[in-house]
Amino acid sequence: MATPRIRQTRVLPGFGPTLGYTLFWLSIIVLLPLAAVFIRASELSLEEFWTAVTAPRVVASYKLSFGLSLAAAALNAVFGLTLAWCLVRYRFPGKKLVDALVDLPFALPTAVAGIALTALYAKNGIVGQYLDPDGLARVALFAKDSAIGQFLEPFSAKVAFKPLGIFVALVFIGLPFVVRTVQPVLEDLDVELEEAAVSLGAGRLQTFLRVIVPVVLPALLTGFALAFARAVGEYGSVIFIAGNIPLVSEITPLMIFIKLEQPDYAGATAIAVVMLLISFVLLFIINGLQAWASRRTGRDR
Amino acid sequence: MMLVTAFVLAALYQGNAITQMKWRVLIVALGFAAYFALTSLSATFFAFIVFAAFIVSSGHATPFEGRAATREKGWVKWTLIITALIFFEFFVLMPLFAVFIEALRKGWGTYFEAFTLPDTRAAIGLTFLAAAIAVTLNLVFGIAAAWAIAKFEFRGKHFLTTLIDLPFSVSPVIAGLVFVLVFGAHGWFGPWLEEHDIKIVFALPGIILATVFVTFPFVARELIPLMQAQGKEEEEAAVVLGANGWKTFWYVTLPNIKWALLYGAILCNARAMGEFGAVSVVSGHIRGETNTMSLYVEILYNDYQFATAFAVASLLAVLALVTLVIKTTVEYFADRSRTQDNPES
Repeated sequence: MATPRIRQTRVLPGFGPTLGYTLFWLSIIVLLPLAAVFIRASELSLEEFWTAVTAPRVVASYKLSFGLSLAAAALNAVFGLTLAWCLVRYRFPGKKLVDALVDLPFALPTAVAGIALTALYAKNGIVGQYLDPDGLARVALFAKDSAIGQFLEPFSAKVAFKPLGIFVALVFIGLPFVVRTVQPVLEDLDVELEEAAVSLGAGRLQTFLRVIVPVVLPALLTGFALAFARAVGEYGSVIFIAGNIPLVSEITPLMIFIKLEQPDYAGATAIAVVMLLISFVLLFIINGLQAWASRRTGRDR
Repeated sequence: MMLVTAFVLAALYQGNAITQMKWRVLIVALGFAAYFALTSLSATFFAFIVFAAFIVSSGHATPFEGRAATREKGWVKWTLIITALIFFEFFVLMPLFAVFIEALRKGWGTYFEAFTLPDTRAAIGLTFLAAAIAVTLNLVFGIAAAWAIAKFEFRGKHFLTTLIDLPFSVSPVIAGLVFVLVFGAHGWFGPWLEEHDIKIVFALPGIILATVFVTFPFVARELIPLMQAQGKEEEEAAVVLGANGWKTFWYVTLPNIKWALLYGAILCNARAMGEFGAVSVVSGHIRGETNTMSLYVEILYNDYQFATAFAVASLLAVLALVTLVIKTTVEYFADRSRTQDNPES
């Protein structure tokens, strides 16, 4: 769209002051402090930097943080899509309550979520007591040493103070991101498309896979990426349930925190640089996905 | 159990499985009678309230269910709904209930005692103070940024928007770390600040800075797309008719963006009051002085004072629920004013 360039005169006042203030405030609150991390890290020699970011305990924390964040985001993508679908398509009792409460993980302070999940999934907690072999058998009304009780045993799990607990916390905080990105796209879906598919002889499942999924996919991936990005950096809700055992259940943000307390500023800064770089890459990917989504659906964002 | 009973009865009452109204009422009445026989009167009463809440909050029939092409078979629909609700129950509702159950485990006496402690009072006061300042600062920034970005064309606009979103993708621990690196004892301005006896890190200014960082994009993010969509014709008309900049903003722009502004402020406030990671790094955990409610909950919890910890946590949870109620109300009004403005859409 090549529009002829017209010399614009600005009718509205306030461009200078507002842009100036925006840039000033952005610089002192966000850009300068973030630059401090990179400048501090550049004072380290390359070797020092490398040893700091590849220490076994730190590497174990990357694996844990990224692996569990991926798994949690994937689970959220599946159930978040189902939930968004139900909220858009069906009328069911309590629907508006559920719709309002989807944002709870976002509004609930992370520390509160952390202690609540720990209380739920601890060995004698409201859910946790049913997850050990005895509890599972009790749920199924079979003794532990009966055939069915033995069959159930592998499904028992200790959640709190184990990596699985971190997973639960990451699922909790990621849910609104998937639901709230997918929901508006599902709402805007053209009913005619589905009717056309049906009139051309497609079944319901085929319509879903061939017509609905392609439209929703970019939004779903965006939600997945947002949930993943949030999960990687999450701290408050995880540290209570994680147990924080070195090499087993320490997440990367906790490593930064531990180094700061020692105090090992250089080490903390080096790990922070790694995490920031990953965040920037994720931000870049999310921006790309959102652009793709808006091209697909014709929405602004 | 109560939730399940109330849900099943509400679904039966509302669904099409039973065609005649009188049979539906009879079935629901029988259901409650059975529930009463199994439990107690108070539980049945409570279940009935939940049942009523479920019925009231079920919303309108969606357009999709009315058309043959977009309707699923009954069993598909209910399988999906039940799967989604079980997931929702385990990951969202149960943690919420757990907060209140644990808080009241030792009775109402212990619960209210938690709020009489001076440390609790100090933590509550500090949280509200820090949140109020942080929200105000972000409101001013959000309006300025949205005005510049939405009403004017300039190079690098897209890049600037991305930079404003940046704090969203930074881990809260790093958000705290950056201010320690700049203002801490070993930081850039550390020695200078110490000389002049100014405390930033491990004091209120540090907490506010970290909170502002974490909640930085909230207001701007709500305002920018809205103000872009509204265009600038109305403001230009006001200016041409002789209004100055402030007047234009006050009488033309502000009424147009008030809901989005309120919405952004509410989200910003919720996050500001609950922020844990970033504040944890910069606060230094000085009891009664630099402990916000979230940090205070952590300390109590690590001291095994579970009842008090959950009591304070329950206050934060109530604040979160209030936030959701206000948010839903604001969305409702914003929706209504939008449909009134252009009824055809």
